[in-house]
Amino acid sequence: MKKVFPALLIVTAALFAYAPLAIQRAPYESTMGLVQKIFYFHVPSWIAMFLAAVVCGIAGALVIFAGRKDADRVAQAAAELAVVFGLMGLITGPLWGRKAWGVWWQWDARLTSALVMWLVFVAYLLLRKYGGPGSEKLSAVLALFGMANVPFVYWSVNVWRTVHPKTSVVMTLQPSMGRPFLLCSLAFVGLFTILLAVRVRVENVRASIDELYLALED
Amino acid sequence: MRRLLSLFLFAFLFTLPALAMQQPPTPPDGFVPASSLPGQEQLPAAPLVIAAYSIVWLLVLGYLWSIRNRIARAEQELADISRRLAAGQRP
Repeated sequence: MKKVFPALLIVTAALFAYAPLAIQRAPYESTMGLVQKIFYFHVPSWIAMFLAAVVCGIAGALVIFAGRKDADRVAQAAAELAVVFGLMGLITGPLWGRKAWGVWWQWDARLTSALVMWLVFVAYLLLRKYGGPGSEKLSAVLALFGMANVPFVYWSVNVWRTVHPKTSVVMTLQPSMGRPFLLCSLAFVGLFTILLAVRVRVENVRASIDELYLALED
Repeated sequence: MRRLLSLFLFAFLFTLPALAMQQPPTPPDGFVPASSLPGQEQLPAAPLVIAAYSIVWLLVLGYLWSIRNRIARAEQELADISRRLAAGQRP
């Protein structure tokens, strides 16, 4: 990871530097106009959130079934990132919706399920912070529930009636809109990977501190 | 920073339901030219787009700043304990 990290940092920085130009060059959507351009950061932030949820869930499974302490540190880092990227999506969505739908929020299947998934990861972090010793396994179960929510949130627009655009919107994007979207998505995935690596490093340093305290006790 | 984040989180969680209670405007009986819509209806998109992108960047920068502080604190603590351990002291 140490060898890949600088390259990933440079590529991600370059993608984010070019993103405003690519977004500005993308054509206006026919019915929503300028406000639709929120899409280029809104959807990638949810992609990063889903990725964080899946990483957190897999790491949680490793904690439960294999008792891996390193996986616990990854799960903790990923849960925090799920909250950060989810918050981006939850803020940018209503800003888009206010213009497109006339309201900030609708309690429909997609928006509500996304909020619930975000709250699961907020609960994970609160449990880790205030749960005390032994909260690792309980929070790992919560991480699995969070991960299980991902397909429900993703498919909710196709299954239930909702004001939110369907998943087919992304697949049917014209190249002039698809290219900047792909660029922003890659930038967010890169940002997620970088932040996860840095955040895991914080947890590793903390684990070393705990080991030193234990060594002193002995 | 942690207090600020907690305050922001609580404000977000408590204002969201209040905002959600807003009902969509009732549709007019007939067609209305866009030019004769009240000011509130002619909501400009640019401030919303600028706000969305600004908030994303603020969150990223705020999170990076928070991680930087946490790394610095943890590394300082690690160095402190290592020094004490080498000197044979209890922390």
